[in-house]
Amino acid sequence: MDFLYNVSIDPILQIVEDPVFFIQVIAEGLMAGVMYSLIALGICLIYKASGVFNFAQGIFIVFAVLCMITVFEYGVPIIPAVIVAFLVMVALSWAIERIVLRNMVNQEEIIMFMATIGLSFFLEGLGQTVFGGDSKLVPTEALHIGRDALVIPMFGSSIRLQELDLTAGVIAALLVGILALFFQKTPVGRALRAVADDHQAALSIGIPLQWMWVVVWSVAGLVALVAGIMWGASSSVDFSLVVIALKALPVLILGGFTSVPGVIVGGLIIGVGEKIAEIYWGDALGGSIEEWFAYLLALVFLMFRPQGLFGEKIIERV
Amino acid sequence: MSETMNTEATVEQTIAGRPDHTAEILLSLDNVSLSFGGVKALQDVSFDIRRGEIRAIIGPNGAGKSSMLNVINGFYHPSEGTITYKGEARSDMRPDVVARSGIARTFQNIALFSGMSTLDNIMTGRNTMMNRNWLWQVLHIGPAKEEELTHRAKAEEVIDFLEIQAIRKVPVGRLPYGLQKRVELGRALAAEPELLLLDEPMAGMNTEEKEDMCRFILDVNDEFGTTIALIEHDMSVVMDISDRVVVLDYGIKIADGTPDEVRGNQNVIDAYLGVSHD
Repeated sequence: MDFLYNVSIDPILQIVEDPVFFIQVIAEGLMAGVMYSLIALGICLIYKASGVFNFAQGIFIVFAVLCMITVFEYGVPIIPAVIVAFLVMVALSWAIERIVLRNMVNQEEIIMFMATIGLSFFLEGLGQTVFGGDSKLVPTEALHIGRDALVIPMFGSSIRLQELDLTAGVIAALLVGILALFFQKTPVGRALRAVADDHQAALSIGIPLQWMWVVVWSVAGLVALVAGIMWGASSSVDFSLVVIALKALPVLILGGFTSVPGVIVGGLIIGVGEKIAEIYWGDALGGSIEEWFAYLLALVFLMFRPQGLFGEKIIERV
Repeated sequence: MSETMNTEATVEQTIAGRPDHTAEILLSLDNVSLSFGGVKALQDVSFDIRRGEIRAIIGPNGAGKSSMLNVINGFYHPSEGTITYKGEARSDMRPDVVARSGIARTFQNIALFSGMSTLDNIMTGRNTMMNRNWLWQVLHIGPAKEEELTHRAKAEEVIDFLEIQAIRKVPVGRLPYGLQKRVELGRALAAEPELLLLDEPMAGMNTEEKEDMCRFILDVNDEFGTTIALIEHDMSVVMDISDRVVVLDYGIKIADGTPDEVRGNQNVIDAYLGVSHD
């Protein structure tokens, strides 16, 4: 009986008792969700354009941000350091297209996926050789990312928000806005959507597939760099961060692999869902819900709505 | 017949129903062979396509017709033989490069971008005409904006021509089959090709849709002077609209000539009636 009370009535009572704290939990969840969205966004872009689930997106994030930090540590000002890191990601995209993708055109998706797993191990090794295995700090001061907390008074109490989280939220929103414009309004965006839809047809109307892949992997590299800076700013950067790419999986399942808005909403739902579950149901269910809640949610979605919230409906014609 | 005479004659003959064509050879295949492992899809096939004509490629199932189009548009590279396009021998080209050289095509199983609207699909056809100055395009200012407007106007022309104004904004995945075929033709036309390859443009259509498609093919040929090579199974259509017909069977060319010549050819009759091969 106690258990039933603890999982059903007690959490509701807690929420009603202190609604401002509930808002605080939601806000924190949204901020965490933005980070998940950023990670998943890179994977989504590549999946849209080349039909590859890029397992290496996690190492992309670490690689990009470590590259920026290393260049910065050599005394280069921060803006050029960011640009250098981006150019390294472009060069990397070009090399990946040349060495990996080009040889795998028209292969099964699973083969492409395996290739990205291999790529991720390779990049991890390369990264440790070039940047060293130590954890590093993102130069938040040089980047003008505040470390303070904002206190917002509310109904006689107050909620606290980290400036860093707010910055991440604004930047993510900007990035998504720009990408949406790029995909919907420019001829290159249209060509990218065409490539995503049908490789052969895209080739037959003169869209150079290889060049498009370099563009989209570079954009994913840019997203990885931003995600890396934001994620790293709240703690530090080392190669263990690679596993955060796994957090993108439930986000993609929730939002639909091919939908940019889906990825954003999916990330936010998972961010908020996890925080609420942890705070209000954590004690009753034995804690550490944050670890598995997202995957449980993904499982439920796979059962009832496998295409995700915004994904294209899967229609098999007989 | 000399070039000048021909130009004068074109006007009259267009009115009469069929355009005349010059003797200029737009594309020729010489001794082209193509094999996949042990399967020989094409064996030592030679034929040409003259500028301005409608050229049909026919043959029973598995005769190598689609392989032929795929060789022309660069999806496959012949294992032997040469392709000469506009007087220049072409080395193995990527399909996107071929498209940029003025060859557009449609597919047997429609290959449209199903998530995009009719207009967007047709706009992608303009891709070959666009400058690659994509930084301008991203900013959507200056010359890029003007360029986009020009392409948009051209796409609208194609839409008017094919009488698909009503479905301009509809995602093509939702359109019925016959209309999808028409949109696919539109995407190919938007590229203003010199050579248009049609892979079974009338497959799966009802009589009315077939008549419409025939009319569009003839109009494209008449009004824009586009050279057309098409694969089609409906013999009455082929015999009606094409100037010359090449017949393939088991990857070998068995006949080539005007519809009348081909119709009476014993090899062709045997191939279609299924006389055993030794």
